[in-house]
Amino acid sequence: MIDRRPFVQKILKNRKDNLRVVSGIGTSTWDIMSAGDNKGNFGFIGAMGQSIPFALGLAKSQPDLRILLFTGDGDTLMSLGSMATVANHPVNNLTIVVLDNESYVETGSQPTATAGKSDLELIAKGSGISNSYTVTNENNYEKIMNTIYDEEGPSLIVVKCQAKATPLVFPHSFDGSVSINRFMSSIKS
Amino acid sequence: MTGINKDWRNDIYAVFKDLNITMVSHVPDAGHTPLINLCEKDNEIDVVTLTTEQDGVGLSCGAYAGGRKSALLMQSSGVGNCINALALPNICRIPFLTIVSMRGEWGEFIPWQVPMGLGTPKVLEAMDIKVFRADYKDEVGSTVDAAARFAFNTNRSAAVLLSQKMIGAKQFKNG
Repeated sequence: MIDRRPFVQKILKNRKDNLRVVSGIGTSTWDIMSAGDNKGNFGFIGAMGQSIPFALGLAKSQPDLRILLFTGDGDTLMSLGSMATVANHPVNNLTIVVLDNESYVETGSQPTATAGKSDLELIAKGSGISNSYTVTNENNYEKIMNTIYDEEGPSLIVVKCQAKATPLVFPHSFDGSVSINRFMSSIKS
Repeated sequence: MTGINKDWRNDIYAVFKDLNITMVSHVPDAGHTPLINLCEKDNEIDVVTLTTEQDGVGLSCGAYAGGRKSALLMQSSGVGNCINALALPNICRIPFLTIVSMRGEWGEFIPWQVPMGLGTPKVLEAMDIKVFRADYKDEVGSTVDAAARFAFNTNRSAAVLLSQKMIGAKQFKNG
């Protein structure tokens, strides 16, 4: 099991200029913000289930950028059909990292379906995202970095994480219009 | 712009071209099929088939963040699937345009279409979506044009309801 916070920080350390980062509702947004403020980040704080389709639309619109989505098992489980949409309208510049702690930590650590019988890597593969794999320890760091920056996507990586509460790290603004305009300024420039 | 084409779907397509809308997502409905076919023939328009209408909200917003305009096509039954997702364009002030083919309101045969058909305008208005409506073929083009400009010029969400009276209510036959 991986400690998600330092792992996300490691992935985002010395990030390349062509990377843009999106995060799904919940701990994932606090995770990416903990790696340092960056105009090239856009974090969801609501609209559960929408981060995968958002990242798909962004990747389709910016084929020369690499799009990295960090999200959780809860957000992913809410819209499993979006994996089929990603697979059938493919973008080669999208990597989805599911930080799978098998629980809804922010609401009291109730177990998600992945704590039971459900496997997001298999669901991704069955949906048609062939480049899908699961990591359970940090030995796969180089492989993940290669997927994010170089491999032909779409890719989905399930990162099995410890289910523990981590400190909230707020974004630059909770106002979505401020966040999205700041993010868009990182694409125009 | 008003009713210049034989089929009113061509008038919607003309608005897409005029306003540089280059991504069209949908869960298909028979009322939209000629428009979907027109978009699929156009190499400048990406057509994305969804598994649930709500994903079209996120897709549209992501596309806009990347610099592209889009529209979501759906039947009235799909509007209910989108409610919480509509928070995204609302709170981010991202322009969002959807075109909704109505069921359950005019000569409907299937009773199951009625609840969401009746609920569609109320649900959209409850989520602060500006609702436009076209009841006649010759007003479709100007209505979609007005809704699209409202959305993209004022960074708000807009929906066009295409009435079942105009689309036509299919009467089903058993066997």
